Amino acid sequence: MSTLLLIEQILNGLQFGVMLFLMSAGLTLIFGVMGLINLAHGSLYMVGAFAAAAVAGATGSFLLALITALAAAATAGALVEIVVIRRLYRATHLDQVLATFALILIFSEGTRWVFGSFPLFLDIPDALSGPVSLPGGIKYPLYRLALIGIGILVALGLWWLTARTRLGIQIRAGENDREMIAALGVDISRLYTIVFALGAALAGLAGALVGAIQSVQIGMGEPVLILAFVVIVIGGIGSIKGAFVGALLVGLTDTLGGIFLPELFKLFMETDAATQTGSALASMAVYILMSLVLIWRPTGLFGARA
Amino acid sequence: MIAERYINAVVLLGLLVVPSYALMVDEPFTITLATRAVVLALAAVGLNIALGTGGLVSLGHAVFFGLGGYAMGILAFHAQTYAPLSLGIFEIGGTKSMPIIWLVAIVVSALAALAIGLLSLRTSGVYFIMITLAFGQMFYYFAISWSAYGGEDGLSIYLRNDFPGLNTLQPMPFFGLCLALLCLALILHWRLLLSPFGLALNAARQAPQRVETVGLNPMRLRLVAFVISGAVTGLAGALFADLNRFVSPTMFSWQLSGELIVLIIIGGVGRLFGPVLGAILFVVLEHWLGAVTDFWHVWLGVILLLIVLFARGGLLGLLTGKEGPHV
Repeated sequence: MSTLLLIEQILNGLQFGVMLFLMSAGLTLIFGVMGLINLAHGSLYMVGAFAAAAVAGATGSFLLALITALAAAATAGALVEIVVIRRLYRATHLDQVLATFALILIFSEGTRWVFGSFPLFLDIPDALSGPVSLPGGIKYPLYRLALIGIGILVALGLWWLTARTRLGIQIRAGENDREMIAALGVDISRLYTIVFALGAALAGLAGALVGAIQSVQIGMGEPVLILAFVVIVIGGIGSIKGAFVGALLVGLTDTLGGIFLPELFKLFMETDAATQTGSALASMAVYILMSLVLIWRPTGLFGARA
Repeated sequence: MIAERYINAVVLLGLLVVPSYALMVDEPFTITLATRAVVLALAAVGLNIALGTGGLVSLGHAVFFGLGGYAMGILAFHAQTYAPLSLGIFEIGGTKSMPIIWLVAIVVSALAALAIGLLSLRTSGVYFIMITLAFGQMFYYFAISWSAYGGEDGLSIYLRNDFPGLNTLQPMPFFGLCLALLCLALILHWRLLLSPFGLALNAARQAPQRVETVGLNPMRLRLVAFVISGAVTGLAGALFADLNRFVSPTMFSWQLSGELIVLIIIGGVGRLFGPVLGAILFVVLEHWLGAVTDFWHVWLGVILLLIVLFARGGLLGLLTGKEGPHV
């Protein structure tokens, strides 16, 4: 096992982690501010990817595709919030789960209706294709490196938004005491729509960016959604910092586990059995990580509320 | 408005009459559909004990459904290949006998429910929902990567398993077995609701602090409910696998967990016959709408959304004019 491979895998883990962060940030924000568990967040990821693939296919411009993905996901998010989600804030968690499960069914089958069952493809733009040489003689795909950069930029942007802007103050106040900020004259329902659309836009951006390295297909959002849930449970629901740390932990565990667990088991088992046990365990590694974190801290690493 | 017990009687009668009629006019497919509804109902009755009575929104009940399915699949697989099943120190043979398979399915899923419950009941609310969901995924990915038992492709069992004194290869006797087990599970849930344990569990859902004040431990009540619930759903999984003569990781999928909740909600949450009515409606919709359009899930989604937003008590709520218990 060479150092080069290790560094490459760590970069892959980071790339996966920052994309998970884009998903988890919206999810955790929506839960923190509105107290809503949104299963349909994965559908917004899918909407972003399909919008990007359709526009890139029609115009050939990746930048335009990204902008469309952001706009489409944000619009879909705002629309869903106004039509359905708004009625769920006071509802029980069970109702929220069911209604957003219903939204998944509608989104997934609706997309199949429009685009058909076959996966679409989104090409990496020419300017970002090909490998780049890193110090130490490592060749790494430029696009994946760009994803890491975008993820970190978005994380910084979100920090700036919540810590330094008026909207951020309202968001944080909304997490603590919604009656009080409503009494102070903040338009709560507008704030909620904005937060929901913001979360949706982040999910759509993640979908479009990841869509270029995977295929764009129906149901692509749900596996990512469930990992994003694991992330925010580990990080603590409502905490953006927790989402960032959790996302990197999950991304690295998942990527490195898949490579190194089989190798680890080869040290004291036969090759076949080791590959078998190692890869079975690797596929469960993030969930085991989550259970361990929960035994240690039932509200997650940075979670405050019970 | 109709009293709930009359609706329950009609539902039960319908489950007897429709397959019997199908047998008379020689429509075996209708019997298979009815069996599917009954088995899904059994799984949802199991979930209803935890969700409706205990207030535990588990989005991972497919774990127990899948474990029951794999209990059947693995035992029958070893019986049909005559390869002994090695359990570490000692070896046992596979079996094609339904009662033994059922027992194994119940025990395995009860143990899994105990382990998952001990971990996830430490949390509540949204955390509980997400953790049960994550446990479901854990089992799902494990089943996919476990190639000894088919991995992603699953396991096919060539012949349905045996039950002493019945020809289970015929659709009707197998339907009868499933219906009998569903009735047993309904009686179990009914007796449970009337028992001191059921009353305490109900109270622990509505006012946990008060339950604690009178000296009961809500966590323990919930754990017992979760274990019973998992065991019943596990039994349903074994029957479902026998119905299709096929087990695959999709039995562990989170969509299945979601659909089990959906069954309860369209029927009426926390009511004895809610899951039964819901499962019948689900199978009928799946069959009819599925014949009309390939995109029937869109309409299922719309119906579900309307029920959640406007008809809280589900179908039983609409028919009886009473909303039913709140979860």
